[in-house]
Amino acid sequence: MNFDPRYSGRNFSSVGTRPIRPDGVDKVTGRARYGADFNMAGQLVGRVLRSPHAHAVIKSIDTSKAEKLAGVKAVITAKDLPDLTDGDAAMYDILDNSMARKKALYDGHAVAAVAAIDARTARQALKLIEIDYEVLPHVTDVDEAAHHHAPLINDQVFTEGLEEKPAKPSNVTKRTQFGHGDVHKGFAEADFIVERSFKTEQTHQGYIEPHACVASVNPDGTAELWVCTQGHFVYRQHCAQLLGLEASKLRVTSSEIGGGFGGKTHVWAEPVALALSRKAGRPVKLVMTRDEVFRASGPTSATSIDVKIGARKDGTITAAEATLRYSCGPYAGSWAEIGAMTAFACYKLENVKTVGYEVLVNRPKTAAYRAPSAPMAAFAVESAVDELAKELGMDAVDFRIKNAAQEGTRSSYGPVYGPIGIGPTLEAVKSHPHMKAPLKANQGRGMACGFWFNFGGQTCTDLNIGMDGTVSLAVGTVDVGGSRASLSLVAAEELGIDYSNVKAIVADTSSLGYNDMTDGSRGTFSSSMATISAARNAIKILKDRAAQMWDIPVEDVTWEKGHAIAKGEKYGNLSPLSLKDIAAKSGTTGGPIAGHSELVADGAGVSFATHICDIEVDPETGATRVIRYTVVQDAGKAVHPTYVEGQYQGGAAQGIGWALNEEYIYGKDGRLQNAGFLDYRIPVCSDLPMIDTQILEIPNPNHPYGVRGVGETSIVPPLAAIANAVSNAVGVRMTHIPMSPPRILAALEAEREG
Amino acid sequence: MHERDGHYNQTLYNGRSDYDHQGETMRYIRPLSIEDAVGELAKAVGPAAILAGGSDLLVRMKGGFIEPELIVDIKAIGGLADIAETADGFRIGAAVPCAVLGENKALKQAWPGVVEAANLIGSKQVQGRCTITGNLCNASPAADSVPALVAAAAQAVVAGPSGKRTIAVETVPTGPGRTSLAKGEMIEAILLDKRPEHAGDAYLRFIPRTEMDIAVVSAGVNLTLDEKGAIKTARVALGAAAPTVLLVEEAGQVLIGSKLDEETLERLAKICSGACRPIDDKRGTIEFRRKVAGVLAQRAATTAYKRAGGK
Repeated sequence: MNFDPRYSGRNFSSVGTRPIRPDGVDKVTGRARYGADFNMAGQLVGRVLRSPHAHAVIKSIDTSKAEKLAGVKAVITAKDLPDLTDGDAAMYDILDNSMARKKALYDGHAVAAVAAIDARTARQALKLIEIDYEVLPHVTDVDEAAHHHAPLINDQVFTEGLEEKPAKPSNVTKRTQFGHGDVHKGFAEADFIVERSFKTEQTHQGYIEPHACVASVNPDGTAELWVCTQGHFVYRQHCAQLLGLEASKLRVTSSEIGGGFGGKTHVWAEPVALALSRKAGRPVKLVMTRDEVFRASGPTSATSIDVKIGARKDGTITAAEATLRYSCGPYAGSWAEIGAMTAFACYKLENVKTVGYEVLVNRPKTAAYRAPSAPMAAFAVESAVDELAKELGMDAVDFRIKNAAQEGTRSSYGPVYGPIGIGPTLEAVKSHPHMKAPLKANQGRGMACGFWFNFGGQTCTDLNIGMDGTVSLAVGTVDVGGSRASLSLVAAEELGIDYSNVKAIVADTSSLGYNDMTDGSRGTFSSSMATISAARNAIKILKDRAAQMWDIPVEDVTWEKGHAIAKGEKYGNLSPLSLKDIAAKSGTTGGPIAGHSELVADGAGVSFATHICDIEVDPETGATRVIRYTVVQDAGKAVHPTYVEGQYQGGAAQGIGWALNEEYIYGKDGRLQNAGFLDYRIPVCSDLPMIDTQILEIPNPNHPYGVRGVGETSIVPPLAAIANAVSNAVGVRMTHIPMSPPRILAALEAEREG
Repeated sequence: MHERDGHYNQTLYNGRSDYDHQGETMRYIRPLSIEDAVGELAKAVGPAAILAGGSDLLVRMKGGFIEPELIVDIKAIGGLADIAETADGFRIGAAVPCAVLGENKALKQAWPGVVEAANLIGSKQVQGRCTITGNLCNASPAADSVPALVAAAAQAVVAGPSGKRTIAVETVPTGPGRTSLAKGEMIEAILLDKRPEHAGDAYLRFIPRTEMDIAVVSAGVNLTLDEKGAIKTARVALGAAAPTVLLVEEAGQVLIGSKLDEETLERLAKICSGACRPIDDKRGTIEFRRKVAGVLAQRAATTAYKRAGGK
């Protein structure tokens, strides 16, 4: 029987309830084991030596003194990680980023590493490694890097996507374009046009748990890796390829995760830990310091975006255009491309054109950060949309409602939408009490919309029924936002048993088939689909066993509310058999009962949100305070509503930090000035108001329960919503994120001086 | 207490299971008298550090910025953990945590600006350990309690190999991370004067967040009023506006004789903005610090004036 993923419109008994989280007790008692909590007998301490230069040729490395230090068991450089990438450019970049091969490309780039008997010896050993650098000119700003006079980060890079292959190398790796219609014609039809340029600074995901792993490579070619990750199967693939191991012989176990938000979708120091272990012949534990996390993991892009939008007097947008430049760090990426795809995704547009440029800079390699690239594009577009509404004399919400995409709209990035939530979230915002809350002096209200694709992908799940009738569910998507709770609810729903009888775990890479990582808000979407499929397979076996127990044909058995029922009047005397009854007899009816599933979860429904925000600005200092904040988002179906609300609030909280204070600050020397939580200012609790949420449920037709991903969209609107609120509070359009007090005060002073 | 300090010591090299203890490279002592502490500090060969709350020291050690050979824990020295009310005012021992200042009603009533400054440092947890003497000797231009202490004309009792001396707190820091204390010297107490009637002080800092942050710029103001409510004496200090906390004497002068009218406040802001010698850095720009130094001085003066009973 093939699995039918279509939405069935059933009534739910478990899905939609709010049981306590299964990982809660472990986490509040400190028992939960995070990356750094795993230890092995004989393990060594690994530490990484990092470049102090933003851009430098590594002329030579002398590790001899470090090797002679008592207690040092291994010292490695790029030579210990030979290039096995076989022409795979993306893998080569990962290798080079793990350990610089010829040039150090950013402040913090790994250049050597040691494994020693203790941290102090390891630290001393790092000081004994002598490196001869030839310092090169560097560039950290996205606009400066895109300029043709900028220092070249990689002279083998020629811009892709141009009509003619360029003659000269460039820091711009790729140009991409999306859209349809004719924007020139569209702008000619417009009565009002807004055209503006925006900048956003680089931010970090700010997860509290630093990257941490224990690597153990055995002489027989087997290896184990315990690691904090969003995707242990992907880590296995990458590490195996870089180290020359067979994937099946590298067993990767994911720990509890203290936040990832996209930053743990990528290997950083894990190949280094494995290489150290291989050389030392002992397990190696490698834990990044906070300074290393900021300098050498993967923050999001800094951006520079130009937007032009035109509309007729009646409020119809006639054309929309954006040029987006995103920093990638020193390696090619597709960040501007994603920004160019998402920029106008909320709107129904006849004429739209977006162009993205990927720009290399001497900063750490850009990684995904929650709906990567979308928040910056939304900031630019939603700021311009707000300004255009003002010029038209239309209400900001009404203007968006008039132009919102709907079912059947051809999106700005190509596909035609199915049933979507942008219109409903706008209508919900229009009637939300927040919109009527009174504002005092120096306070402003802003709103903005956001879009995210959501992903599905490869998924493999096992569901095992114990002889006592309880169910263990083994999934391969790391639980970053409550998926163990939601998947247990889904298993309970499908089997018709109580949630308390299901226990979900994240299995290691040797226990399940390949799973894509937990990104693209896919964890609950894809693994719930696989869980439903696995449960349905288990139900098939349960019905079989019931038929055996009753000695009737299996065709006469149905499954209802956790019980096998014998259909038809002739079986009137047979009382239903519960899952527990059947499981108890499994030893004599054919052995263990399990359901397995492997699938590619297609049809992740796109997601939309609209946020409202009230901000108070101190006009004398530029200080801001978030007074009220409301998130309205389509969840498709909220499996565990408390977790969904948590995702909505979490995205808003991160967006507030990004909008107001968070930024990577580089000195003229190309060194990161604020690699710590003191001066990289994520919000503290007292910075945030209660973030109100409203869940809309517009079922995803491609999921049996209507589920859509919910994790990422919530960070897309905040930059714009807050910028609109600040701009409304102070009467000056803010175009540079973060809107830190010095930037707001400077904008106000400039306005006062006219 | 002892056990807890032992834990701090171990944290350096032994806080994690994977750290081997390397005690012989660092000596930790806990003297019972000032003389012993000063003696040990004076004869130390390598870098020596004083441990009171440790909220700066341990962070810097953990970050690998300093590796002292000797740590002198001063918390067991008699009297250093006490606040004494004397005939002249208050004597705050060098090991008194800032949170304890906030629990001392008499001190809070007399010097609310000093206490509010001390209770802005770090977080609640940090305030349970950190001290105003440590804040002063860490010699950060952004130290929260220092502008308030300077405005309050606080004095520091310095003990050293050649005896004791009492100096104005503003003479202790000489630049970021540097102090005027000689080898073997330590501060054993901070002295605050007894308050006359109609006196008030206040401290304000600018941070982009609501708490757990470091001043981008700050201002401390200390005033006394005459019978008619006019300002009789005034001291204004600015933090994070120059390499050391600034005592802006001209700003104090401009307040004297006034009742904080609009024009005086304007002049105060102008003088404070002009007195700043700030830098552009990760926490703020020159222009921002100049402008906000003036704004904070106005606001702190207004609060101090109200606290002094001015209307």
